[in-house]
Amino acid sequence: MNRLLDLPVVRPVGLRTFRPRPPAGRLIIYLVLMAGASLSVLPFAYMVASSLKSYGSVITNNLWPWWPLGDEPLQWQNYIEAVRHTGWDPHWGTWLMVRYFANSLIVSGVIVGGAVLTSLLAAYALSHVELPGRNLVFLGILATLMIPGELVLVPKVVMMFNFGWYNTYLALTVPFTVSVFGIFLLRQHFLQVPRELHDAARIDGANHLQYLLWVLLPLSRPALVVIAVLNFIWAWDAFQWPLLVTRDPSMRVLAVGLQQFMVGEGGVNTHLLMSFATMMVVPIIGLYFVAQRAFTEGFLSSGIKR
Amino acid sequence: MLGRKKELAYPKKGVPGRLREVLFGYALLAPALILLAVFEFFPILYGLYISLCSWRLGCAEFIGAENYIRAFRDPQVWHALLVTATYSLMSVPVQLGLGLFFAYLLFQKVKGQELFRLIFFLPYVTSTVASAAVWTYIYNPDRGLINTVLGALGLPQPRWLAEPTGVFALVARGLGVELPAWAHGPSLALVAVFIYTTWVFVGYDITIFLAGLGNIPTELYDAARVDGAKGWALFRHVTIPLLSPTTFFLSVITVIGTFKAFNHIYIMTMGGPGTATTTASIYIFRQLYEYNRYGYSAALSFILFSAILVLTIVQNRVAGRRVVYE
Repeated sequence: MNRLLDLPVVRPVGLRTFRPRPPAGRLIIYLVLMAGASLSVLPFAYMVASSLKSYGSVITNNLWPWWPLGDEPLQWQNYIEAVRHTGWDPHWGTWLMVRYFANSLIVSGVIVGGAVLTSLLAAYALSHVELPGRNLVFLGILATLMIPGELVLVPKVVMMFNFGWYNTYLALTVPFTVSVFGIFLLRQHFLQVPRELHDAARIDGANHLQYLLWVLLPLSRPALVVIAVLNFIWAWDAFQWPLLVTRDPSMRVLAVGLQQFMVGEGGVNTHLLMSFATMMVVPIIGLYFVAQRAFTEGFLSSGIKR
Repeated sequence: MLGRKKELAYPKKGVPGRLREVLFGYALLAPALILLAVFEFFPILYGLYISLCSWRLGCAEFIGAENYIRAFRDPQVWHALLVTATYSLMSVPVQLGLGLFFAYLLFQKVKGQELFRLIFFLPYVTSTVASAAVWTYIYNPDRGLINTVLGALGLPQPRWLAEPTGVFALVARGLGVELPAWAHGPSLALVAVFIYTTWVFVGYDITIFLAGLGNIPTELYDAARVDGAKGWALFRHVTIPLLSPTTFFLSVITVIGTFKAFNHIYIMTMGGPGTATTTASIYIFRQLYEYNRYGYSAALSFILFSAILVLTIVQNRVAGRRVVYE
């Protein structure tokens, strides 16, 4: 495992490349790349296309029921139907799908906010406060990266019962409001800020928190974006944990809702399942194209998807 | 320098300034440290304790190593580990091979390199749960995309995720030959899951390989060219060895990833048909979720973790020796 940590942090930006090849060879390269790219996108295209088909077109394997091959209009109402088919939540007086979305947003929001906050404070202490045993604490924090989530899954579930957190938002959020990756990344950023800035701010009478808030925070915005985006993705896609620690349909997050829909309705109403999947994926794809640099850097420096 | 720091210390009120500073520092660290202690460190010990118990809302009976002994005698555990290992063995060469192939193509001063990379990376960043649901539909034997196309072309339509028979056996059967059981190969269901995983992870491998390629100094290529190396020789004797740290890193990550894989397998097959895609993590989950066997699944987690640890160490020893560092 040591070697893994020794690897340099790699960045894909500003790559050096080879000298150009002869045109015929280049054409083949482009064709192969385009084929690969099409395969990457095809399942998403199929998802969106199927979400806009009628039930009849889906079960008769009609790949293109629209103009010019067919006369079916785009079935936008599938999206409303999908929401309806998730069922009714009497507690909030709304469709369960609305709950799924709200739960996912609440859970992801709390996790992102909590992880950023705890990382900021810890990273500051580890970089700007004179502490005895500071490096030891940092190593201890890094050591938790070696603990695979699967190993602690069972005891964590039992703990949720013991805490009385089962089937509550606490179970869905609190265990994830700390991010070792976040602490690591922010500490790196903070250490790169010139020490003179700190001294100058102190001479001007700023205390630690003021310095953190007014000087460091604006300087580390790129790192904060990476941490926020990554934790959001992880939280949005979390499935196993929410499945284990919630029971009520109204406590489901989108991922669990989608799987339950698939097991129940989706076997029949595939077109609605595809509408559901599209609704879950679109926010992520949108975020990806807006903040793609943060994604790449984040996934590269964090090593692996959690 | 040392003196200057003291000069700048905070105004002292009551408690000596130095102590105040230390307390303040640990107060900042407290939220993160408490969370890590409660949700990372403590559960290891607690899990160990649970694994030594017959657990019913608490430790009903302390049974020592019985859960572990039971696990080693459970043929399903061995089957699950075998499925996991097969999945892993398929994934590493194919994912890394495709990743390197596309990365190398992208590296040839391709126009729109960044856009291509962005598209290849897309499956990796989007929700696994949603894309696994879409692929389940794509694989649907009766109305999925693949079989619709195969049917239109008049080709045989396999049952993909619903097919527990080995792929070699299926191919041989197509040719009219019946293979002995040991030569059946991995089940088609597992291969279908593996194809999905490849679709997801190739973009990640491409991105990492691209970064690795960018780190190889151009002078080395120039030097090799002066010595008369061209095309394949250049790739084989310069790129491959110098890329070995990246390749090694990715192979370790991929093995660990396949051993941990859960979400997409559970969505696509729930471990079925039968036990064809019941990997170790699926088996553990079912023991926990469906049978509430806390002690047993905790013990299984430790066994799986040990397996991953041993594998990583072996990989480090065997492959690590061949890795060339500049």
